[in-house]
Amino acid sequence: MSTTLKNLTLKIWRQDGPNGAGRFDTHVIDEITDEASFLEMLDILNEQLIENGDEAVVFDHDCREGICGTCSLMINGQAHGPERATATCQLHMRKFSSGDTIVIEPWRASAFPIVKDLMVDRSAFDRIIESGGFITAATGGAPDANLIPVPKPVADAAMDAAQCIGCGACVAACPNGAANLFTSAKISHLNLLPQGQAERYQRVENMVETMDEYFGSCTNHGECEAACPKEISIDMIALMNSDYRKAKVKNRKALSRT
Amino acid sequence: MSMTLASPVLDSKTPDGPVADKWDNFKANEKLVNPANKRKFKIIVVGTGLAGASAAATLAELGYQVDAFTFHDSPRRAHSIAAQGGINAAKNYRGDGDSVNRLFYDTIKGGDFRSRESNVHRLAQVSVNIIDQMVAQGVPFAREYGGMLDNRSFGGAQVSRTFYARGQTGQQLLLGAYQQLARQIGLGNVRLFNRTELVDVVTIDGRCAGIVTRDLMNGEVTSHAAHAVVLATGGYGNAFFLSTNAMACNVTAAWRAHRRGAFFANPCYTQIHPTCIPQSDDFQSKLTLMSESLRNDGRVWVPKMAGDTRAPADIPEDERDYYLERLYPSFGNLAPRDISSRAAKRAVDNGQGVGPKQNGVYLDFADAIGRLGADVVRERYGNLFDMYERITGENPYEVPMRIYPASHYTMGGLWVDYELMTTIPGLYAAGEANFSDHGANRLGASALMQGLSDGYFVLPYTISNYLAQWLNKSIPDTSHPEFAKVEAEARDRYHRLASSDGTRGPDWFHRELGKIIWDYCGMERTEAGLDKALSEIPALYEEFRRDLKVTGGEFGLNQTLEKAARTEDFFELGMTMCRDALERRESCGGHFRAEYQTEEGEALRDDENFAHVSAWEYTGDATQPTLHIEPLVYEEVSFQTRSYK
Ligand code: SF4
Ligand code: FES
Repeated sequence: MSTTLKNLTLKIWRQDGPNGAGRFDTHVIDEITDEASFLEMLDILNEQLIENGDEAVVFDHDCREGICGTCSLMINGQAHGPERATATCQLHMRKFSSGDTIVIEPWRASAFPIVKDLMVDRSAFDRIIESGGFITAATGGAPDANLIPVPKPVADAAMDAAQCIGCGACVAACPNGAANLFTSAKISHLNLLPQGQAERYQRVENMVETMDEYFGSCTNHGECEAACPKEISIDMIALMNSDYRKAKVKNRKALSRT
Repeated sequence: MSMTLASPVLDSKTPDGPVADKWDNFKANEKLVNPANKRKFKIIVVGTGLAGASAAATLAELGYQVDAFTFHDSPRRAHSIAAQGGINAAKNYRGDGDSVNRLFYDTIKGGDFRSRESNVHRLAQVSVNIIDQMVAQGVPFAREYGGMLDNRSFGGAQVSRTFYARGQTGQQLLLGAYQQLARQIGLGNVRLFNRTELVDVVTIDGRCAGIVTRDLMNGEVTSHAAHAVVLATGGYGNAFFLSTNAMACNVTAAWRAHRRGAFFANPCYTQIHPTCIPQSDDFQSKLTLMSESLRNDGRVWVPKMAGDTRAPADIPEDERDYYLERLYPSFGNLAPRDISSRAAKRAVDNGQGVGPKQNGVYLDFADAIGRLGADVVRERYGNLFDMYERITGENPYEVPMRIYPASHYTMGGLWVDYELMTTIPGLYAAGEANFSDHGANRLGASALMQGLSDGYFVLPYTISNYLAQWLNKSIPDTSHPEFAKVEAEARDRYHRLASSDGTRGPDWFHRELGKIIWDYCGMERTEAGLDKALSEIPALYEEFRRDLKVTGGEFGLNQTLEKAARTEDFFELGMTMCRDALERRESCGGHFRAEYQTEEGEALRDDENFAHVSAWEYTGDATQPTLHIEPLVYEEVSFQTRSYK
């Protein structure tokens, strides 16, 4: 059964644009049912702001089902808030109590510049994928899907990695602003599968080096795994590192042969 | 109102020959563009979901210059990502009697004999290529222990032809197509415009000459010229406000094209999905779908007695009504979506609804857990169960889920011919944005199939048939005065909306509009209700124009302004939906007119008078569009009453 939360204080980051100074605005929510989602609370606040002639708070969101990876809020210093394995859009007010103060901020990472208020630009992730996060298989001409069997444990492990929603919580949670969890999830997904073998070492080299252009370095804090709404394991980072080391050797040999 | 019969405009361009040979005949006779000449053509693809991303990537691989547009920050966010259950293909890997013909027939029948035979057959044919292509891309479909692909049976099918990747099939397929697109972007073959929204379509000399867009970051309005434009911009389910669609899904691109001359087909064919989490509050922003794959193992029931508020565990077996199993013994809990949805509505309308608001029915896994063990159930549906618990705070391993139908998918959309071209030459529509393959009702696991079929295996062939004639001829560029005119109109429109200084924000109007459409043009429609809607929507629209409030200004990032413009287009669409529902005096698939039902309360089709596509032409007054008809001619199948008894 639902209960009503009373007297919540929201401290929300507002910033007019990428170069704006930024400040916290405080709003009090008198009452809200605990059935509401966190973003529905912001919707209600925004409707009130508009009716009062103020600008609505800008925040990114879309599917509200935890799958598109668009939502991105730092809630009381935690990426996606207090609930484990849960994206912001799936967080419900029943995780909070009456009288709480809730601090809401955007992802903070140098590779994710703030666009406005709580919205950031995560296109550096796209650059990483563009550099190698694919299997080259032009449309048409693919062999029958059952031609290459994929052992179930391999398919399952690839799927574990492939679940990444590209939200960026791992980067936001990392003291160094590193993107190793995101990058390694895609590398593991593709490098584990038989279909991904042909480009395995080129892929890891290109993606890691693109990642390094934009993001900080990983020093094994493990905060990324704790923040990840899809519980991507840091074992993926170990796999990426090991493939990267091998790639460095193999790709050099391959080059010397040409 | 005027009816233009056998309108010459609606030439479906269906190729000759028996239905099974049509696609081959088309490919044998179409005009091609040779590889060296492809780079002379510019193609715009709007939308980067399954249809858009696969089309953009494939067209770029072929050598065309492609500009891709998405209003998201990244192509990977498109709403295709949220599809849970799976994708159909006539692979017959199980040897259980599946074939291209059977998938074709099931789709025609599932669509209640209101889809175009030739398109559906082609869809069934290319379905097998999709699976090959996606596996080659690295999509981690579920596997059996021997390493072969696993299949399951899915709503409305008697064979196991559905491929899946846990409960995240849409995500994995979209990421596959996105990665293929990303490769082309990295290679410089596709230029991506992200956070950019289509705000109008430009036609010059009777052909589509390009589009006008608005950069969501700064409000800048810009023109883009091309040889051809593909709209892969999804469906209009958010007309209902509450739906399982993502928050930003909208009809704007399709509607703007409609206003410029593209006919809109069968807008009243909307799919109400039977297994969503019931609404819990008035301010709720969206409804969440629970994959209907759950119906493979869950049993649907309500208490026999109306107003029974006992906890589910306290209701003995003989006081429960497993109504789907009772009414449709051969399909049981897997009865098609429209049928299951209406049955749930009847139960709730009878007062047998469950949950705090008595607005749901149970989907119970107790038997499955007893039979298979909790571990197997967790393996199959674990992530769905977790999602349910996060939203409702209830644990479905212990208490039955509560579900209720919600708007989910729209079969209607821009009218397209066999080549996926709209009534504007050079303007194509793909995926959910078009109307072509699902008739009056879509089968489960067929949306992903259609999006990828259009993008990977249909458009790349059909588009050259149009482009070939423009080789080495000049087309108007953005300096043509028509572009300036359309740009100016778009700027005026956003300026008008941004200056709205009434008292209520766009969400309030969208919610009220959605209520009207849901009440009168939702799961059940009547003539009186639709008449009422056709007077209430214009009245609310009037109020919208008078009383809307938008803050934040015309320039710079302004999500309130974006919503205002999209809501305005939903108003016009809503009127045309209701007009279409009113004119279709029969019940078929997702369109249930209460006046036309059998004694048992099933849909009563009228094949004599309504075996046609209703394609609407914009007249300037969205309550009075002009109807054009495309008769549906069945050469291969014959009409049958859909029975799932
Ligand atoms: S690894 Fe996890 S936290 Fe990082 S982007 Fe992927 S889903 Fe988000
Ligand atoms: S809004 Fe899609 S994951 Fe949160």
